[in-house]
Amino acid sequence: MGKYSKIILDPLVDKNPVTFHILGICSALAVTSKLETSIVMSLAVLFVLSLSNLSISIIRNFIPGSIRILIEMTIIASLVIIADQLIKAFAFELSKELSVYVGLIITNCIIMGRAEAYASKNPPLQSLFDGIGNALGYSCVLIVVGGIRELLGSGKILGVNILRPINEGGWYEPNGLFLLSPSAFILIGLLIWVVRTLKPEQSEEE
Amino acid sequence: MFEEYISIFLKAVFVENMALAFFLGICTFLAVSRRLDTAIGLGLAVILVQTITVPINNLIYNYVLKSGALKWAGLEGADLTFLGLIFYIGVIASTVQILEMVLDKHFPRLYNSLGIFLPLITVNCAVLGGSLFMVEREYNFTESIFYALGSGAGFALAVIALSGIREKMRYSDVPKGLRGLGITFIIVGLMALSFMLFSGIEF
Repeated sequence: MGKYSKIILDPLVDKNPVTFHILGICSALAVTSKLETSIVMSLAVLFVLSLSNLSISIIRNFIPGSIRILIEMTIIASLVIIADQLIKAFAFELSKELSVYVGLIITNCIIMGRAEAYASKNPPLQSLFDGIGNALGYSCVLIVVGGIRELLGSGKILGVNILRPINEGGWYEPNGLFLLSPSAFILIGLLIWVVRTLKPEQSEEE
Repeated sequence: MFEEYISIFLKAVFVENMALAFFLGICTFLAVSRRLDTAIGLGLAVILVQTITVPINNLIYNYVLKSGALKWAGLEGADLTFLGLIFYIGVIASTVQILEMVLDKHFPRLYNSLGIFLPLITVNCAVLGGSLFMVEREYNFTESIFYALGSGAGFALAVIALSGIREKMRYSDVPKGLRGLGITFIIVGLMALSFMLFSGIEF
């Protein structure tokens, strides 16, 4: 099983899709203002990415090269519709908060990228594990950024007070900037800095 | 009446900037902003595709997908909204394909300068996002045209500004781990911060 565990563990830090391949940034930034939405988004991506990798890999030898992208798009779009409907059915409030970003999983480059780079060349089981691994790597970034933003932005994690804010009789003055878009860019920039300082081989020369 | 359209346009350019406020199209945004001329090419391509696809998707939504929209075909209770995503991405992919062929045949110079960016736009979330926001906010046809122009122009403005800054950045001494992508994220963060200044303005 060493091969499979390597496929899953590699994308967590060493080849993380967000910090190393720079894929799927859009949604990584947009949904991370709260930990809860980050978790739901991670689950949706896990569902779509693992199943799209699996199904594309199963039919990889039957797809004509010229309409490959179109077929992959259709598979991905159908899976995203299922995920979207499931979220709407079981977590309606959250689906309102995620707004268009669930639909935008279709254009999330992680999914297309893995389908093209891995699933279209490798057998089904390995592709499934590759999908799970990359989705978990993506989730790591989402959850770290979402956790930091919610903690510093409102003093809470998952709605539970950790740093008690002043207006509820505590001491913490919530930094509202962390709930807004600029902080997400800066946090991901800093995250990349941390990863590249720990793994110097990843840094790039300009 | 006309003021309302101008306000939708200006709001989409500055206050609700696709790249800086909604994080849409960031992947292409970061990849293509290394040089000023390529950034201008991408910006123009996004404006063009956005202005074509959003109004088309608006018509599809209003006359095919919306609940009760199929009345003209005798299907009163049909609600096809759940099929939206497949329709929109199909319209975008085929528009890009058609545009590529038309430009190649009739405007070879423009085709060569836009070149590689056109196919990239299919997976640019700013374009799909534009259609989804149009549906969510229930714009009518004319409003959707102005919204598409505005959001495309906003994206172009952001990507051209960022590439200008990145060209200047070549001469600065950035800490090693932060070089390249890291510092770009922080620049974009600061740009987003400055664009927030517009949010208080009522158009």
